Amino acid sequence: MKKGYPRFFLLPGLILLVAIIIFPLLFTIRVTFSNWNVSQSGLNFIGGENWSEMARDTRYWGSLLRLFYLSFLTVAIQYALGFAIALFAWRGIAARRFFRVLWLIPMMTTPSLMAIIWRSIFTEDIGALNGILSRVGLDPVNWLTESGPANVAITIAEVWQWTPFMFLILLAGLLSLPKEPFMAAAIDGASAWKTFARVTFPMMAPISIGAIMIRLIDASKIFDSVFTMTRGGPGNATETPAAYIFQRSLQDFQIAYGSTLALMYLILAILTLTIIGKVFARLSKPRGI
Amino acid sequence: MYKVLKATFITIWSLFVLFPIMWAITTSFKPESAVVNGATFIPFLEFQPSLIGWKAILPGPDSLTNLLTPTLNSFIVTAGATAVSLIFGSLAAYGLSRFTYGWKNYSNADIIFFFVSQRIMPPVVLAIPFFLLLKELKLLDTHLGLILVLTSGLMPIVVWLMVDFFNALPREIDEMAMLEGCNPIQAFFRTILPLSKPGLTVAGMFCVIFGWNDIFFALTLTATKVLTLPVAVIALNGTVTPYWILAASTVFSIIPLVGLAFVIERFLSRGNLGGAVR
Repeated sequence: MKKGYPRFFLLPGLILLVAIIIFPLLFTIRVTFSNWNVSQSGLNFIGGENWSEMARDTRYWGSLLRLFYLSFLTVAIQYALGFAIALFAWRGIAARRFFRVLWLIPMMTTPSLMAIIWRSIFTEDIGALNGILSRVGLDPVNWLTESGPANVAITIAEVWQWTPFMFLILLAGLLSLPKEPFMAAAIDGASAWKTFARVTFPMMAPISIGAIMIRLIDASKIFDSVFTMTRGGPGNATETPAAYIFQRSLQDFQIAYGSTLALMYLILAILTLTIIGKVFARLSKPRGI
Repeated sequence: MYKVLKATFITIWSLFVLFPIMWAITTSFKPESAVVNGATFIPFLEFQPSLIGWKAILPGPDSLTNLLTPTLNSFIVTAGATAVSLIFGSLAAYGLSRFTYGWKNYSNADIIFFFVSQRIMPPVVLAIPFFLLLKELKLLDTHLGLILVLTSGLMPIVVWLMVDFFNALPREIDEMAMLEGCNPIQAFFRTILPLSKPGLTVAGMFCVIFGWNDIFFALTLTATKVLTLPVAVIALNGTVTPYWILAASTVFSIIPLVGLAFVIERFLSRGNLGGAVR
């Protein structure tokens, strides 16, 4: 076959993507060696000062650590809940179609705007949740101004927003599974639990991995909920790297230092996600039945 | 026992899903007194519904803000970014599904990873360089500028979904077309594209959802002319607008997409979605 045809398909998209992304990336790398800030704009060269300042920036490393557990925790909960409701909506319940629509709705809503609604729910004096708590006779909780509850509030908002994404991918996967293995299991008289553990779950492994990876990628960018609900507070108790970098580079206007943090964050995200992807790929290799 | 557990779980989850939406809808109809004096829940019983929130965001004498132009902007930008991503993304995905590309040690899997890895890019990394780039190209605060930037986040999703989708389509289909004298390009447009509607629809829906809901790029790269709907509402939020107006504008801006949930469900129930995510 002539060489031109394969290129016709791949190159336009590849070139467009590279064209959009290449300048911002190179620019960011260059800017980390300057001290572009609110009083000094332009590209000078100051060597690795930003990088050594970053190494000492405990607030930054703290935010990365927080992101690490926040993203793994929320994605794990989303996966478990998403799989459970996908199983119900697959064949388990009456009025499936109604519940399918209902359970998809959060995914359609704008995260940054729902974060405003979540803030109005968690607001301590006039919020919905403390209103309910006081009606059933419980003490109000400082949802947004105390470190533990604030993290719970963010987790709840993230789980609400993104479980439907897991649900959709997993349900679509379940609906596309072949019927024969299930018939074989039924003939063997396997219990519902055994069928799930030996047939459904293994067959869903590739789809599960795809869904988890995409969710982890997006969870590594958690920003909307944090920024709108708590602004990273109380103190820095809920601050993620995206929120911290936003503050340093777009509010304090320390563009060079913000870019350094951002570049490091990108490198770490790509490394971590690549490793996770490889581990998943190894785990999902068929091991015989 | 199992049945009771299942029913409880389903009820609790459904209430959890509905709660923030019901809260947003009721809050949008609350008068000031029903918000600032503590939480109220049940209309007519606990508060008299009022239209002040809605009057503030819809055209009329009491209007505080204009959400109609932002709505139109959101439609244009979302549709544009979705179309560009679908066209370029599905062409690339088809190539990656059918041909072997090689450049030094890089294989198809690496190229696919390159596409998908663009989604790892946090918008906050790109905001400032994109700002300078678009300023240089005179694309700041234009539809085209925002469409191009959004494409960098949406095309990875299209490639990810469509490679798997094309892999699931039997190769015999395009080989048959080529035996009959089509070149690969004609084979793609005449035989594969018509079969790809389910996959393209799903990929397109993801693009619409993520494009419509983007806030970061729209916030940093547009100023006045191309204000999108979420940014317009966030701008209200920034000026300490009361919750009843915020709730009304939130409900207003999520209505267009909630309709999509019904479309997706129809696809699921007809079994069309299955092949698209494998």
